[in-house]
Amino acid sequence: MSVRASVRERSAGTWLALPTWVTLGLFFLLPLAILFVISFGQRDTYGGLKPIADLGAYILSGKFLANYARSLHPIYLQIFWRSVWMAVVTTAVCLVVSFPIAYYIAVAAPPRRRNLLLGLVVVPFWTSFLIRTYAWMFILRTEGLLNRLLLATGLTNQPLELLYNHFAVLIGMIYGELPFMILPLFASLEKLDLSLLEASADLGAASRSTFWRVTVPLAMPGIVAGVILVFVPSLGQFIVSDLLGGAKTILAGNLVQNQFAIARNKPFGSAVAFEITAVVLALLFFYALYTRRRGEDVLL
Amino acid sequence: MKKRHGGSRALAAYSALVYVFLYAPIAILVLFSFNRARQTAVWEGWTLDWYRSLAGDDLILGSLKNSLIVGVVSTAIAVVVGTLVALALGRHRFRGEGATRGLLYLPVIIPEVVFGAALVTFFGALAMRLSLLTVIIAHVVFCVSYVAIVVRARLAGFDRSLEEAALDLGARPLATFWRVTLPLIAPGIVAGALLSFTISIDDYVITSFVAGVGATTLPLQIYSMLKVGVTPEVNAVSSLILLFTIVMITIATRLQQQPPAAREDVS
Amino acid sequence: MPTENSVEIRSLTKRFGDVAAVDAVSLDIRRGEFFSLLGPSGCGKTTLLRMIGGFELPTEGAVLIDGEDVTWTPPYRRPVNMVFQHYALFPHLTVGDNVAFGMRYRGIARSDEPRRVADALALLQLTGYEARKPDQLSGGQRQRVALARALALEPEVLLLDEPLGALDQKLRKEVQVQLKHLQRSLGITFVFVTHDQEEALTMSDRIAVMSRGRVEQMDDAAKIFERPATDFVANFMGAANFFTGSAVAVSGDTMRAKLRAGGEVRLPAAGGTREGEEIRFVVRPEKLSLRARDLSVRGVPSVPVTIEDRVYQGASTVWVVRDAADERFTVFEQNATPFDEVGRFAVGGKAFLCWNPQHAVVLRGGPAR
Repeated sequence: MSVRASVRERSAGTWLALPTWVTLGLFFLLPLAILFVISFGQRDTYGGLKPIADLGAYILSGKFLANYARSLHPIYLQIFWRSVWMAVVTTAVCLVVSFPIAYYIAVAAPPRRRNLLLGLVVVPFWTSFLIRTYAWMFILRTEGLLNRLLLATGLTNQPLELLYNHFAVLIGMIYGELPFMILPLFASLEKLDLSLLEASADLGAASRSTFWRVTVPLAMPGIVAGVILVFVPSLGQFIVSDLLGGAKTILAGNLVQNQFAIARNKPFGSAVAFEITAVVLALLFFYALYTRRRGEDVLL
Repeated sequence: MKKRHGGSRALAAYSALVYVFLYAPIAILVLFSFNRARQTAVWEGWTLDWYRSLAGDDLILGSLKNSLIVGVVSTAIAVVVGTLVALALGRHRFRGEGATRGLLYLPVIIPEVVFGAALVTFFGALAMRLSLLTVIIAHVVFCVSYVAIVVRARLAGFDRSLEEAALDLGARPLATFWRVTLPLIAPGIVAGALLSFTISIDDYVITSFVAGVGATTLPLQIYSMLKVGVTPEVNAVSSLILLFTIVMITIATRLQQQPPAAREDVS
Repeated sequence: MPTENSVEIRSLTKRFGDVAAVDAVSLDIRRGEFFSLLGPSGCGKTTLLRMIGGFELPTEGAVLIDGEDVTWTPPYRRPVNMVFQHYALFPHLTVGDNVAFGMRYRGIARSDEPRRVADALALLQLTGYEARKPDQLSGGQRQRVALARALALEPEVLLLDEPLGALDQKLRKEVQVQLKHLQRSLGITFVFVTHDQEEALTMSDRIAVMSRGRVEQMDDAAKIFERPATDFVANFMGAANFFTGSAVAVSGDTMRAKLRAGGEVRLPAAGGTREGEEIRFVVRPEKLSLRARDLSVRGVPSVPVTIEDRVYQGASTVWVVRDAADERFTVFEQNATPFDEVGRFAVGGKAFLCWNPQHAVVLRGGPAR
């Protein structure tokens, strides 16, 4: 190809991508970079950054890692641990709850109903997370619907503290993330070749064996995608723990927001933010390896 | 086959339960928006009072106006930027292609609190006052990715020979884009726009970091109302948002279902 | 200014990385002829066609149309139109709008468009289809719309990229004849790409057989068929009966050659053959016949063979025979008389392979790469 023509071809793509690089570079990458740098700083009395007199000494002495070191304090470790185990539980429950329904829609339901059934899952998927979380506030409050029902039916004689604890947060998270697990599972199971299941049965495998040896492995891309789609946002969860949780259920996301909005310790908040980000990026790195190995379809 | 019938009945029953679980809270929410009682969980009869008071609630209306402004402006910008980059990724080979893809995934991946924190720090460093503009900027950033993904999906099945045919028949590249490419990817662009708008309207976390005084959006307003206490007005406004979302999805789904200009070489 | 050649291709090369899809090809396509590029998939014929159309830029070489160098001219400025393999009809436009698409770029007034569209559609027997959408048409109809759309712009050259591939056998044959008539009546140069040798023979005035980016032979259709020049062309055109031997005596336009399998035969002399030189020649299957007796005394080449197989094909029978040198030959025989189970020859039996010496075609170049 002539130099002229290949340059023309090359540059078209570059020009088209330029606005994205400008926008995201300026308002996404740059802010993140600044945040990263700040995470090594120290707050001053007014909630800003304390100027550092001797940068060399600051670095050599290891003081620049002060915020990260502080985040390892038991109080904060507890918060991280809580974030992790709640994310794990949420993901696990979502997976177990979603698989049968995804299977039903993809495989067992009459085909003409499929679009409708899928649409019914998509609606909660798009509906405001805030509203769906509020719904549980409404239900679980002391004067809320669930307590009213329990009192009315005589199952309890005192309203239960259903809100502002781990249970409420978990319910809220599971409820919120459920569609994010159902949809990828569905997408994967939809591609399932039914004749493979029949072949397995034909070869003598009982249903349960077919399930574990054929269905699950074939649905694995969907399972992995769903796990990522639920686990990652759960780690950075803010809304559910803020509305449905209380002082006892602060998660990593709340900690970050708290440092920025209330405690006004941006450097420390930044450090926590980047620790969350590091975990997320690590997970996605492995996911990328997984999908590349399988040659899966990528969204972009 | 027999086993399937029995098994699938159990599956159907289970799925029905899951659907109930998914919709019951929302349904309850909507139902009680019509409840006469202030003390929300006791049913005292039908009323539209809460909806009426919404109409007079300046804070709500003001925040709705802000949300709409932010939504429309950021969607407009995101659609242009996102479509251009989708075109770049979908049909051109260029240096930095992989990096561009990675860049577009990041706003979707990075936790919202992190991005929100980063942006507010950034604006602070620039001594830029927080306002509706800063909210718009934030929204554009994450909406671009969603638009790019949707339009890119539409482009994936696009038959390139259609564009070659247009060129062959005498249309220059710009005319080809205008008369052939754009009409055929338009449904994808509109779907991307609807998605972008919906996400923008719904956003709480990022917006909470970068909204200044007077830049309260609807989610922010609702959130502050929630923190104070549960009121039926929140139910009412939630129901309206729900309705709006359903309408948006229906339109977007219909658009995405239009057959794309797919390649015919199936053989 | 009208030149004799509609399209001239000068040493055109297209490389993708290290691989040359088209390798220094030079061709002249005459005005008003039906020219085919024939070859197996991957031979470069489509790439070559696309370079004529302007959809690929060559690595080296030049393309001239009507004497003008268009190598770097974009497709929208070339007096050439293409019918794409899958028709590339715009799905969001009606048939009428499809056909009218390029008219505004040729300076045709909008008010004139309907009339011209009607004319173009009439040419392809699609009158009245203006309002239909492509997805409402059958494959054959879509193909005709694609043709109408291209021809409506009155191009100097029409390029056709395997346009009949998606049609069923019967329809294909009908369309082949129709296309040929259309081209004759319009007088436009057609450059047609196909992998089907029968198709090329049916429609073309001249054919260029391509393999691995190069032109193996370019000639009149009949000559390609009857007188393949290389091993590849012989194979591709179904003339894969290869005889090897060495020239014994050359005199004028005939020569005698000694066959590897034994015996001597008379052959037309290829220019410049020297005595003792090794030669290869082919005889087309339908030019061979099996005889019970050795006819060499009468000057008819007769090679002793064993009959390996016999395949009944209804109107014809195909014999597969082997000579003393273990070379296999295919004989194609019309069943002029009703098929007889117990024929003159039985599988496993012996016979003589005979042909008219004039029908042997001496190949140039070595065995196929």
